[in-house]
Amino acid sequence: MEKISILRNMYLNLKISKFKGIGLVFFILLLSIIIGLRNPNYLTVGNIRDMLLDTTILAIMALGMMLVIVTRGIDLSVASVLALSGMLVGLFVEKYQWAPASVTIFIGLAIGSFCGAITGFIVAKGKVMPIIATLGMMNVYRGLTFVISGGRWVNAHQMPESFKQMTRTSIFGIDFLIFIAILVYIVFYYFIYYTRTGRQIYAVGSNPEAAHITGINIDYILQLVYTLMGSLSGLAGVLWVSRYASAQSDTAMGLEMSVIAACVLGGVKITGGSGEVYGVLLGSILIGIINNALPLVRISPFWKLALQGVIILVAVIINAIIQKKVER
Amino acid sequence: MIMHSIRRLIKKKFKINYIFRQWEWILIILIIIVNAINAQISPYYLNAEGLLDATMVFLDKGFAVLAMAFVIILGDIDISVASIMALSSVVMAVAYSAGVSMVASILAGLLTGTLCGFFNGILISRFKELSSIIVTLSTMSIYRGIAYVILGDKSVGNFPSWFSYFAWGYIGKTHIPFILVVFIFCAIAFGILLHRTTFGRKVYATGNNFEASLYSGVPVEKIKMIVFTLMGLMSAVSAIFLTSRLGSSRPNIALGYELEIIAIVVLGGVSTRGGVWQNSWGKPFAFPDGFYKIWNGIKKYSRSSYDDYYWFAFDYSFNYPQHIEQNDKKEKRDK
Repeated sequence: MEKISILRNMYLNLKISKFKGIGLVFFILLLSIIIGLRNPNYLTVGNIRDMLLDTTILAIMALGMMLVIVTRGIDLSVASVLALSGMLVGLFVEKYQWAPASVTIFIGLAIGSFCGAITGFIVAKGKVMPIIATLGMMNVYRGLTFVISGGRWVNAHQMPESFKQMTRTSIFGIDFLIFIAILVYIVFYYFIYYTRTGRQIYAVGSNPEAAHITGINIDYILQLVYTLMGSLSGLAGVLWVSRYASAQSDTAMGLEMSVIAACVLGGVKITGGSGEVYGVLLGSILIGIINNALPLVRISPFWKLALQGVIILVAVIINAIIQKKVER
Repeated sequence: MIMHSIRRLIKKKFKINYIFRQWEWILIILIIIVNAINAQISPYYLNAEGLLDATMVFLDKGFAVLAMAFVIILGDIDISVASIMALSSVVMAVAYSAGVSMVASILAGLLTGTLCGFFNGILISRFKELSSIIVTLSTMSIYRGIAYVILGDKSVGNFPSWFSYFAWGYIGKTHIPFILVVFIFCAIAFGILLHRTTFGRKVYATGNNFEASLYSGVPVEKIKMIVFTLMGLMSAVSAIFLTSRLGSSRPNIALGYELEIIAIVVLGGVSTRGGVWQNSWGKPFAFPDGFYKIWNGIKKYSRSSYDDYYWFAFDYSFNYPQHIEQNDKKEKRDK
């Protein structure tokens, strides 16, 4: 009890009572300490860097997913868009070996935006429920990936060296992937909190009728949100293919669930209207830790899935309890 | 006077707008369109026996769909259904291979599903801050994880021959599948439960306005518990039919079924906002999806039409991987 009151005082002193991720930070630290005790290698710089590198793609996509969920929607097609853009870029670099690697990023963004725009059009103008529309588009994009590639892979030796090295270089001493993620987060932070359109997204999510009466163009906002989600998935597709140096038709199967889990862990309400950037970041990091740490503490792969579920469940419960205690 | 009121009643009830504004008509029209196209594509499609047989292939999901409608009317969602199906199927198979009688194994499977659903229900009604999506997202991993812990990467089969009757049997000497009869029976039972009992009304009330129902004395927590437990039970029923159809059990069966089941419920006109299901009885909601799948199945066997419709990317997406596989196999055989 005493500890909790100290925690509460700290909390009030810092005047961050609106910071809802406190429970999540607490849990991440706790988990890190436990894993660190089991395997000292976990808390080395090298391992943390590896872990961050594996988390960046998830973190980038979770940001877009947050915007979609804030507008009361959901996008199940993200993993398929990732696979499609990755496959197209893979085929592109296979054919045009001389193309500079930076071009591929723009190609990925363009493909992703196009896919996202179609999904957004169906949701915004077609008034189809997001879960149905994106479930359908998930299959469409995955199918297109199969059609275009003919079911074959683009392997590491078919890709030019410059493309593979893209995600292995560093900019200003920061790894390329982490640099891109930071860039995306800064841009989106500014967009979400300091621009009119960004705020309108939240308005549409928390009360569509009121937003409509205030003169916000709901269709435009929905279209925008799904297009952004698509472009981030497209970007993630390029990074994925470059990092793992292979483009397959079944790339990232089931990733949409991890992305949604990262969002919901980060406190994004599935009923729309609320969600913070730092929450999504923390949620992604937690998922990254779980994926990275379980093999490190030598857990049999058959136990991995069950333990992942238990950890997520404990995390949300602890978060809920701490928040309740702190707010009282 | 009486005639007048009757006439008014008829007018009101049968106003064309009123009838055709209902969502079900779109579904029925969709079913007719899909079936018409199917019949065009394959001359073997449109016979009663084939259609009845076809229901065997997709109806196992239907049982989970019935309960999922309740969950979604509550304004909640359950993503762990497919994992519950996998776990109860694995428990059933392992129990049988350990020497327990088949009937007892089936009961064990049902019990497992019920317990899983009960656990979901406890978590969701005890911790009100947690949305159902995050709870079931984590139990989704947990249940399938437990299935993996139990069985690893093995599969268990060799059920007694009468067990396949669940999925492949006919009623007597007629050509009516057993599973179809059971499904219709369950659908009517769930329809009555939802529309003609106080429990069903309370489910609607809770979904419409949680706070208002709480203050007007509806036992909201208890209702959530019951609905989620029911969801677990029906997932286990689905699992039995699925296992019977497959003839064996592995931890990775029913992978991705949760999205299909939710999609079927939403297609059937249940709003994910909760509390709404525009109207009542005898919903054919499991059917469009199923027929759609068979459509793909039939197209697989008629090559020429396959080429004609290649632009229709939507079903391409389902079809293509299998198509490639089959072509590969065919080529190997030819060599």
